[in-house]
Amino acid sequence: MNQEERHTISILVDNEPGVLSRVAGLFSGRGFNIASLNVAETLESELSRITLVSYGVAQIQEQINKQLRKLVNVVKVTDFSDSDCVEREMALVKVQSDAEHRAEVLRIADIFRCKVVDVSPNDYTIEVTGNRGKIEALIDLLRPVGSLEIARTGVIAMARSKKGTKK
Amino acid sequence: MHDWSPRPPPGRSFAEGTARHTVLNEKESSLSRHNGNGPGSPGKKRKGTKLTGAKILFEVLKDEGVEIIFGYPGGAVIDIYDTMPQYDIRHVLTRHEQAAVHAADAYSRTSGKVGVCLVTSGPGATNTVTGIASAYMDSIPLVVFTGQVPSSLIGNDAFQEVDIVGITRPCTKHNYLVKEASRVAETVREAFYLARSGRPGPVVVDLCKDAMAGEVEFVLPPAACMKGYSPKYEPHKGQVKKAAQLIAKSKRPVIFGGGGVILSGASAELRTLAEKITAPVTTTLMGLGGFPGTHDLWLVMLGMHGTFRANMAITECDLLIGIGARFDDRVTGRIDSFAPHAKIIHIDIDPTSIQKNVPVNVPIVGDCKITLQQLNAMLDHEDLANVSEKRRPWLDQIRAWKETAPLAYTQCKNIKPQFVVEKIYELTRGEAIITTEVGQNQMWAAQYYHFDRPNSFVTSGGLGCMGFGLPAAIGAQTACPGRTVVDIAGDGSIQMNIQELATAVENKLPVKVAILNNGYLGMVRQWQQLFKDRRYVATDMSHAPDFVKLAEAYGAVGMRATTPEEVEPVIRKALELDAPVIMDFVVEREECVYPMVPAGAAIKDMLLV
Ligand SMILES: Cc1ncc(C[n+]2csc(CCOP(=O)(O)OP(=O)(O)O)c2C)c(N)n1
Repeated sequence: MNQEERHTISILVDNEPGVLSRVAGLFSGRGFNIASLNVAETLESELSRITLVSYGVAQIQEQINKQLRKLVNVVKVTDFSDSDCVEREMALVKVQSDAEHRAEVLRIADIFRCKVVDVSPNDYTIEVTGNRGKIEALIDLLRPVGSLEIARTGVIAMARSKKGTKK
Repeated sequence: MHDWSPRPPPGRSFAEGTARHTVLNEKESSLSRHNGNGPGSPGKKRKGTKLTGAKILFEVLKDEGVEIIFGYPGGAVIDIYDTMPQYDIRHVLTRHEQAAVHAADAYSRTSGKVGVCLVTSGPGATNTVTGIASAYMDSIPLVVFTGQVPSSLIGNDAFQEVDIVGITRPCTKHNYLVKEASRVAETVREAFYLARSGRPGPVVVDLCKDAMAGEVEFVLPPAACMKGYSPKYEPHKGQVKKAAQLIAKSKRPVIFGGGGVILSGASAELRTLAEKITAPVTTTLMGLGGFPGTHDLWLVMLGMHGTFRANMAITECDLLIGIGARFDDRVTGRIDSFAPHAKIIHIDIDPTSIQKNVPVNVPIVGDCKITLQQLNAMLDHEDLANVSEKRRPWLDQIRAWKETAPLAYTQCKNIKPQFVVEKIYELTRGEAIITTEVGQNQMWAAQYYHFDRPNSFVTSGGLGCMGFGLPAAIGAQTACPGRTVVDIAGDGSIQMNIQELATAVENKLPVKVAILNNGYLGMVRQWQQLFKDRRYVATDMSHAPDFVKLAEAYGAVGMRATTPEEVEPVIRKALELDAPVIMDFVVEREECVYPMVPAGAAIKDMLLV
């Protein structure tokens, strides 16, 4: 059996209603899960960029890339799997910070270069950006501290050097 | 009882039909498809006039060369229907929206134009889904207009509201929701361009009621131009060259054509190629007629119900040239035993078709016709001397396979369905347009009617939807009034859209329906016989209407044959009448379609009887 691979795909699309659903439909139609999804306008307001992470065997991934290119509202598709790219995501982490844990939380936040964006008598909300590994590591460290709440964005990605998606 | 008169002599009117047909399909249609534009002269007409959305719709339809719409009215499209009489466009009122789509599908295949449907919102729109899915799977260019509630009510669960854009997203090439009159012209233009260009397919345009009633200034939009969409017609020269070299070296080549050969009008080029390189040719169900069914190099169809020689040739060949085919599982059987010794060249306009199911050595993305022209030209530079000599052993082998297991059946005292199809072939001199339902009837039509030219076999290939044949016959007959159109049907399938007899009668469309009446959902029963120990669950259809009386009730003609002797006279009579006719052939009940490759087996492992 073929191995499942992780794919980060950047898709430049028309900024119109229904486009996201066309893109997502290509995955759901094949029984593929989308691990992470991010959409926002680009510098040109009529175009949006979708950054999408999914897992699948190479041959089906190739199909999906081709099928994506076939969609009328898709302007450009870049699969970062074979190229060097910068990936970032962001998370807001709300963590309990009673007297006992406060110092420990701040120390960890500092090591990870997080920002505390909200403080209350009982908890801190901290903001972290980085690649998936860094965010997972932070969460792992904070878990023992107790009652954790988290909101994560999906991945955004860009090719290193001059190669890759323009605009 | 009936005052249906004999038909005008078939010879002449047929020839006229043919001439028009050939011109449209071989030249105009492929050209206009490529340019993406109909016959219009865009950009200037009627500048500055204010028109309603409905009028704008028809202005663009006229400019796109639309002559006929298959449809069914309702509240959401009443303004559109109200405007229709101001335009010189024929409307064919079907009795079910599914039939309107199938009719437009067949109209498209037999006229070379884009088929057009118009239906209302909600139930009208949902009734089209099967037809749209069928056209999508078979890459047939259609534009389906659906009515929609006023834009202010969208999302409110308004009466007869349905998200048809959402519902049809996975089975259309593209679809649109039009909420403003100002968007009508450009959207309709794009819809036609998308439907016919590249790999063709159905496009749905959902029209809000207020967008049809609103008035805006109308300027005929220029040719559609879309950022993310530019089909590639010209093949990569280097790849074509590689293909030519492989072909020249091959000892046992086979050409395998699909519906793309027909859609791109490449059948002449296919024939040239086959003869130039002395390669035998097989096609998919959708490709039938793409290569002459009476040619020496013809292997007949391949796949699940393909011939022994076609499937063996695929299994033994050293080079497979796939053209406009998508290597569907009904064709390949078990993938790892499909063409196991062959290098594969695959030509297709759609990059997603290539490498999808089988690994390909020389992928060529391009239009079949253009690619074959270039390939044929390039082959002139290859050393093809003595090629027919070199390939003699291969052709001898194929002839031996043909003799081992020819397509055949044994006569008995009951009518054999294959015999009916053969007789229809004989009595129409192979010149009819054949539509089919789905099941055994479809496979026997494919095996025993020999198609010498494209666009004469109209069947629901990819989706295989029952109820296709009669509406398709109606669509084909409207496109080709001079030709004989026969729907080869099963008693099960015909009951799925039998109400369309009324459409045929009303529109004086003399379609012939030949029901191969086995009292079963035959194809499913065959599977039950072969793979479920004859447990015939839910396939007995013997509780059926009297088809002769039913035809008469609709104002058509009904005839029945119960013995082999009655078959020919019934067909003769039916062909003479200038009327819709149902022929009820009461056939051998438990006849099976052979050869058969069991699902999931290798195509060389055929059941022969
Ligand atoms: C709409 C639809 N429903 C169900 C099927 C499954 N199916 C395939 S062939 C077949 C039997 C068709 O029976 P009939 O029309 O009598 O034709 P026969 O096979 O007997 O020639 C059925 C039920 C289908 N193809 N389409």
